[in-house]
Amino acid sequence: MADIVEVAEPLPLDALHRSLGARMVPFAGYAMPIQFEGIIAEHLWTREHAGLFDVSHMGQLLLPLAADKPLETLLPGDITGLGVGVLRYSLLLDEKGGILDDLMVTRRADDLYLVVNGAVKAGDIAHLRAAGLAVDYREDWALLALQGPQAVAALQRLVPGVADLRFMRAAGFGWSGHALWISRSGYTGEDGFEISVPAAAVEALAQALLAQPEVKPIGLGARDSLRLEAGLPLYGHDLDPGTTPVMAGLSFAISKRRKLERGFPGADIVMAELLDGPATKRVGLAVEGKLPAREGAEVYAGDVRVGIVTSGGFSPSLGAPIAMAYVAAAHAGDGTALTIDVRGRRLAATVVPMPFKPKNYVRAATPTDGASA
Amino acid sequence: MTRYFTKDHEWLDVTGDTATVGISDYAQGQLGDVVFVEVPAAGTVVSKGGQAAVVESVKAASDVYSPASGTVTEANAALEADPALVNTAPETDGWFFKLTLSDPSEIEGLMDAAAYAAFVATL
Repeated sequence: MADIVEVAEPLPLDALHRSLGARMVPFAGYAMPIQFEGIIAEHLWTREHAGLFDVSHMGQLLLPLAADKPLETLLPGDITGLGVGVLRYSLLLDEKGGILDDLMVTRRADDLYLVVNGAVKAGDIAHLRAAGLAVDYREDWALLALQGPQAVAALQRLVPGVADLRFMRAAGFGWSGHALWISRSGYTGEDGFEISVPAAAVEALAQALLAQPEVKPIGLGARDSLRLEAGLPLYGHDLDPGTTPVMAGLSFAISKRRKLERGFPGADIVMAELLDGPATKRVGLAVEGKLPAREGAEVYAGDVRVGIVTSGGFSPSLGAPIAMAYVAAAHAGDGTALTIDVRGRRLAATVVPMPFKPKNYVRAATPTDGASA
Repeated sequence: MTRYFTKDHEWLDVTGDTATVGISDYAQGQLGDVVFVEVPAAGTVVSKGGQAAVVESVKAASDVYSPASGTVTEANAALEADPALVNTAPETDGWFFKLTLSDPSEIEGLMDAAAYAAFVATL
């Protein structure tokens, strides 16, 4: 059992995590909590109650409103047509349509608010600036995610009004004299919120949330198992410059107007793939038995290698191993029987639709008793 | 019977030239929830420091190294049905395999429980 030593900078909640008994690991250049009481318990708690995640490693960027049009030269989403307070999932693409990062873009009254992956944020910022965009990197803000079916009850108690947000909508709120930017979104497949908060106030807010009976702290380990069950890809694993939006099953991120107008990087390649179908596709695999198939495991149809696992692990909700893989299109249909090589063993696996576990998003505003109208 | 530990967090109970191998309580805590254990079959020849088993936690697969050389005589069949034994009873029922030592003198470089506890305290 080998130890890994990496340079890891502390984030604003470092002391709180340690006081709560977190096991800290280096991730994206930061010291992050991988688990508190245990991945399975934290995972199941989030599915039933509410889990608090520190995702302050992610990059929060502000762009001027006028950047909407030039931003469209870097990604296939409709940003100019985005309404105020609406989130759009999009993809920074290279000239071949390869994915440089996946991100959320929200139009606010006075700016565009972007959330990008922590591990590639420096590259993203350089890429945006190279395209002539003015990027304000808000290192002074922390980011929390409160996820799970009881997240709305817990947060509404502290921040009245959040229950009125619908999925993929955001607005400004106040708490204890601090400005918060809250979106109804997340990375677990559950209802929940992402809360941008000044770093100076994040510990007090996290403590207030953890004082709610529904809420427990959740580490990166459960964040990964939750997103895997939800069928959500992880950048650097399921997405990278060798994958395109169509291969990745993310064609929904190519907005209708952009399909007609094009003008995004790699548009010809991506649109041809959309028309003709990609050579390989990201699929879900249900794995038989108990042995997990991990990233890098090769996928076979008979004796022919037809793909590779990009994320895999044990699904706490299903009690069985699950995986995401890129598989040759001919073998990517739901129900296709394949095998996965794990240390010389061939595990039986079946292509299944994702999410592995149905999502519980709140598409309409939730009625609440009392506090808000 | 004497218990020894390695710096890789395996333990070894030695009685004469037979021994039982597992991973320490500290190790299981580091791994988190164990969901699968791949143990060597009886008859497998293992070498000191060589990979002998694999522990799969929710998070990752980790190699377990044999603390000594020898031939495996029995794998812990209970781990197949209940891999979480590694978490709940790492230093008792959650043992991995038993072996016949080919060179009992290899034990000399290993730590006793007190030395291992001191070692873990430095981590």
